[in-house]
Order: sequence, then C-alpha cells, then structure tokens
Amino acid sequence: MLRFVLARLVQSLAALAILTVVVFVLARATGDPLQLILPMSASEEDYANARQYLGLDRSYVEQYLSFVGKALTGDFGNSLRARRPVIELIRDRLPNSLKLAAFAMTVSLLMAFPLGVLAAVRKGTAIDRAAQVIAVLGQSLPTFWVAIVLIEVVAGRLQWLPAAGSERLASYVLPGFTLGWFVVAGMMRLLRSGMLEVLDSEYVKLARVKGVAEHRVVWLHALKNALIPVVTFAGIYFSILVTTAIVVETVFAWPGLGRLAYEAITSRDFPVIQAVVLTTAAIVALVNLSVDCLYAFIDPRIRYAG
Amino acid sequence: MPAESTVPDALAPPFPALGAAPPLGRGRRLPFLSLTIIGGFVLVALLADVLSPADPEAQSLRARFTPPVWDARGTWAHVLGTDRLGRDLLARVIWGARVSLMAGVLTVLLASAFGAAVGLVAGYYRGRVDAALMRVTDATMSFPVILLALILAVTVGPSFTNVVIAIAVILWARYARVVRGQVLTLMELDFITQARIAGASAWRIITRHLLPNTLNTLVVLITLQIGYVIIVEASLSFLGAGIPPPTPAWGSMIAEGRDFVTSAWWVSFFPGLAILLVVLAFNLLGDWLRDTLDPKLRQL
Repeated sequence: MLRFVLARLVQSLAALAILTVVVFVLARATGDPLQLILPMSASEEDYANARQYLGLDRSYVEQYLSFVGKALTGDFGNSLRARRPVIELIRDRLPNSLKLAAFAMTVSLLMAFPLGVLAAVRKGTAIDRAAQVIAVLGQSLPTFWVAIVLIEVVAGRLQWLPAAGSERLASYVLPGFTLGWFVVAGMMRLLRSGMLEVLDSEYVKLARVKGVAEHRVVWLHALKNALIPVVTFAGIYFSILVTTAIVVETVFAWPGLGRLAYEAITSRDFPVIQAVVLTTAAIVALVNLSVDCLYAFIDPRIRYAG
Repeated sequence: MPAESTVPDALAPPFPALGAAPPLGRGRRLPFLSLTIIGGFVLVALLADVLSPADPEAQSLRARFTPPVWDARGTWAHVLGTDRLGRDLLARVIWGARVSLMAGVLTVLLASAFGAAVGLVAGYYRGRVDAALMRVTDATMSFPVILLALILAVTVGPSFTNVVIAIAVILWARYARVVRGQVLTLMELDFITQARIAGASAWRIITRHLLPNTLNTLVVLITLQIGYVIIVEASLSFLGAGIPPPTPAWGSMIAEGRDFVTSAWWVSFFPGLAILLVVLAFNLLGDWLRDTLDPKLRQL
C-alpha cells in the first residue's frame, strides 16, 4: 500500500513539475511583462533598471528555477493590479471556492443518488427515462444561462433566495445548484449501471431469497458495491467542477478563485494568473491522489495491478 | 491489397468484445429525435446565407428590443425579436449555429486525432515512452480548459482559431488516456502477437490492427465531447474571451442580453435554447452510441 501511495505521489509531482514549465513559458511567451508594469513614458534606462530589479536579465533557466523556488515557499510575487502579495489574495479567495465546491458536490450527490438508484430499480419504465432526462438536461444546459435564469426568476421575481454574496447559507443555494447539476449526469449514469450489475449478482439474489426486505437489499447491499466506480471518478467530477466554477463564480459575483482568475486575466495580472493556475492544479492533483489511494484501499486488486 | 500483407490481416480477427456491435434489435431504435435536431442545425448552419431572414450584423436602432412575433408588440419582420442594437435575433441564432457547430466539430477532430496518436504510441511501445507520455497527459488534464483559453484570449487576442486551439490543446488528453487503456488490453491478445511474428511493422500494427479496434470508442467519445465543447466555447464567448463581436456567437449573445433579462428576456433566451437543443441532441446521441457500440464503457 505504501509503495502504491509513494508511486502515485511521484507521478502527481511530475505532472505538477511539467505544469510549472508550461505556466512559466506561457507567461514569458506572451510579451514583455515590463510593458504592462512600466508607464508609457518609461525610458530605455527605466526598462534596463526594472529588468535587472525583477531578475529578467538573467537566463531563462535561472529565472525558471527562482520562480519554482519562490513558488514552493508560497511567494508568487505581488499582484500588479491589487498591489498586494498574490498569496494573500489566494488565501482570501480559496476558502470561498472550496466551500462552494463542497456545496455543489453535495448537491450533485443528493441528486445523483436517488435518480441513479430509482432509474436502476425501475429500469425501462417512465421513471427511469425521467431520471435520465433530468440528469442529461443538467449536462446540456450552459451553466451561465441557468445562472441568469435562476437569478432573474428565483432571486428577482420570486425573491426567494439572494442572487449574490457569500455570507449566508442561502447564498450558496443558487450557485451551488447551478454548478452541481452540471455533473449529475455522469455520476447518475455510473450509479445506475453499477446498480443494475449488482442487483443482478448472486449475493443480492441470496439476500432476497433469505427474505431481506427489498428496500434494505437496494439501499444497503446493492448500493454499497455500486459506489466503488463513483469513487474512482470523483476526481474527474471535481476537476470539471473547478473549471466550470470560473463561469459560475463570475455570474454570481462569488468571491472565489474562479472570479479572481477572470479578473486577473482581464487585467493581465500575470503573477495572479500563475498562482491561480498552479493552486488549482495542485488541488486537483491532491484530490486525484487521495481518490486513487482511497480506491486502492477499498479494492486491493488495484494496488498490485499497478 | 499487396500479396505480402495478406498474412497478418488474415490472422487478425476483430477483437470481439470491442469490435462487434450488438445487432440492432428491439429497444435499440435509432435516436430519431437527436438525429433530427442535429440534422436540422447542420442544415441551418450550411444554408445560413439562404435561410437567414436578415443580415445578422445589420443594426436598426429604431427597432431595438422588439419582442417576438407572438407578443402584442411583435412583428413578422423580426420573428424572434431584436436585441439592444435592433439586430434580428432569428438571423443571429441561425448564423450562430455555424459558429458553434464549426467550433465543436473542428476542436473535437483536432483533439481526437492528436490524442488517439499519443494513446496508440504510448500503448504500443509501453515502458518509458508510455510513462513519459502519460505524465504529460496527466499534467494536461489538471489544467482547467477555460483558464487556458482565457489566458490565450488575453495574450494572443480572442479569435475563432484561438478558441479551437485552446480547447483542443487540453481536450486531447482524454482521448490519449482512453485509447492507451484499450491498446494495452489489445496488445495482450493473440492477433497482435501473430501480426508481429508475421513481420508486420510497428506502423502497420498501429494503423491496421490497433486503430480500427479503438474506433468505436473514439466515435462515442467524439460525439459526447462535441456537446461539451459547444458549451465551453459558449462559456468563453460569454466571458468575452471567445469569438469576438460582431460575429454572432450564442455565448456572447447571451452575455449581451444579460443586463436586460427583466425587460427583454428573449435576447438571452433564444440563443440559450439553441445551445440546449444542440448539446442535448449530441449528448443523447452519444449515450445511444455508447450503449449500442460499446456497452462496457460506462464512463466516457
């Protein structure tokens, strides 16, 4: 088990290392950062001074190593726009994003479980079809359009829930639902096919023959085993959530990493963009790593397949 | 077919679990609704010049915010109404179909071709080549698509080409992963060993034996991804980093109508409906293809 965890850890770190190169190259390939920092009236001498001050006169390899070294200690430099250390901005925004992601994940689980199990138990009926339609609709509706409609109808006309802000639990409902519904389809489909397989297995038949109540067979015996594939794909759902959150946070004015990224990009605030990309990737990698370890723990066959 | 190549081909049976589609029996009816919607939108996109009732970029400030025809204030001149600049919404939705479908199809073809090539090479050579390629694949998959596209849009400038490239640069990783997984299984089978004994080159084994056996999966994944790409493209246009105005793109049309939802709901509503119909049709078709061609792939 320990060997498996270590091997996966090395893989994740390698992936992150590649990403730092990509981020570094992208930031350098997009033009002279000094043109963004210095005023229009800056002289040649100002440029030379600033270049030396920021270390831009050194070789690319040196620059890259110092970028990685600083990033490891949490030093991403200063935001060009907010004139504050980038790490502070990340520290302010990250918890909001994580809370929204957790809420959205809960929403999608709360929708996917009943839908998936019902669809499997009532396979081929109208209930099955209705459950699948609800799930596929979420995947087919653009999140920003759902967001606009919800803001207009639920927050505007009906005034049931707040459209923006993140202080109260009620403010989580609309963005959380918009984000969560988008990933229900994949989860629901996995649960449905997993349940169909398990419900057909010998031990479920045995449980039924023994006289175990049907609801216990479905919700305890069968569901427990249908869960394994869902666990494996939790990492993928999470990364879809993170990506989609950029759009959802922007529409709902949610003070998270996604909106920070959008603001940083529209104002060409490169230190912030680098930090957001690396933080996001590190979180996605960490989640994937935990999911794989959890999976290997649940299902010993994985550890040795390697 | 040249004589020397018949031996490995004759020895290569189709991989039964993946190659043979179950026959179309009862309960496997063609998804007519999806096919009709997709066919309809493809026709509209191809014939936009003929079908469009007006120039999608022609402004008419006097006719701004005309409601759809069924509203008391609506006119037949603008069936779906007009937007903030008095542009005809039906014409813009029709021209938008061309943009969205082109973006979806081009991006997915680009990504699948590259991803499949990487997956085939990684699965065929295994060992270090595989390990290196898979690390790159992992790194790519952990990069948020929308974030990269936003960066490109700001640095290089938003354009149709940049959107297609930005999405394809991330999306290929999924194909590489899935194809590699299948190739690893295929490589264990007898017909590959026999092809090698018969002296088939690496190129020949990859293109003639491995690729055809992954095609079903590729078709399913491509269909499912077109819908996703259309949504991502629309999201980018919505954020102002996609197809630049005044080209009619569904995402930017929704963004333009966003501030007027209360007084002129139709400006944002119709492009949203168009996205919903196309993406839903592709998703349903993809689901059907998966269940028909490749029931084992539950999660694609």
